[in-house]
Amino acid sequence: MTTILTRGTVRIDVESCKGCDLCIAACRPGVLHMTTDRFNQRGYRYPELSAGCTGCDACAQVCPDFVFEVWKFEEPVDLPPGLVPDAAVHRTVAAFKDDNH
Amino acid sequence: MTPRLISAFKPSLLQSSEHDLCPGCGHAPAWRITLDVVAELDLKPVVLAGHGCYTQLMVNSDVDSLQTLHGRAPAAATGVKRMLPDTPVITLQGDGDMVSEGLHEVLHAAARGERITALLFNNGVFGDTGGHMTATTVVGQRTKTSLDGRDAEQHGYPIDVGRLLAQIDGAAYVARGAVSSAGLVARTKRMIRRALELQLEGAGFTFVEVLTMCPTGWFVGTPQGPEYLEESMIATFGIGELKAPSAP
Repeated sequence: MTTILTRGTVRIDVESCKGCDLCIAACRPGVLHMTTDRFNQRGYRYPELSAGCTGCDACAQVCPDFVFEVWKFEEPVDLPPGLVPDAAVHRTVAAFKDDNH
Repeated sequence: MTPRLISAFKPSLLQSSEHDLCPGCGHAPAWRITLDVVAELDLKPVVLAGHGCYTQLMVNSDVDSLQTLHGRAPAAATGVKRMLPDTPVITLQGDGDMVSEGLHEVLHAAARGERITALLFNNGVFGDTGGHMTATTVVGQRTKTSLDGRDAEQHGYPIDVGRLLAQIDGAAYVARGAVSSAGLVARTKRMIRRALELQLEGAGFTFVEVLTMCPTGWFVGTPQGPEYLEESMIATFGIGELKAPSAP
């Protein structure tokens, strides 16, 4: 089975997103894609992650809505092609108000 | 094997990632790098904000802040810095606030060599009060009061405040960055860091202008914001350090 070398990952705070698309152009390996038929609770489309992220941090740097948390793996991992299912986190507003990174 | 955190959701000095800025706004990434630099240098600054869309970011930011009258942040900052000379002082203004309404304040603060760091988040639009043209709207740029683009014949020319400040002896550091791409965000962050370091060294007045996207005010889609910024404001003003002390 084909696998894709993946050096990093992002967690996507779906409910913070306002669907501006800036992360899509910023993503150097092109592994972020906007949803087309699913929306967050505020009615915005949001990005989803596919295998192949490098953890380069470009998405987080251009994002106006603090949607991304970026991680880099110590050793690259091989992931099956397609969506990384656990990238999206659906935090409630109350949860991220208490969040203190 | 634990993954290494590269970037948290939000800067440590931001208490909530919630804000009411429009989709695709460039102010939030500009404020993110500012807070990141403040945290990296372990500063406890006083921030003096003018009036604009960015002002709401003060509510959630874990820094001491004062809201000043339109355009008057550099004057209020002068008082704060002279009473608290060891405290890093940052002013945060938009182009409408700094250049249209209080240009003399920033010029005089620079001329006095006040040891403050003035930040200008410049999108060429009075975003907070309806999207009309400002003194930095570049020729050809769309706003609500220049729908066909700023016409030099009718509206005059934009003011390049960075170039004005660079001529003033009291200004130690003058730079212009932008947030239209991750590369420019990183470069602009280095400029803000350099400005704050020079303030700490007592070098004089330091200034960083950050060109930011306002797709709402420019009547473009959010994905086209960075491209429009590059074709209009970056093409007119340019990016880089306009004045910097020579390396030690």
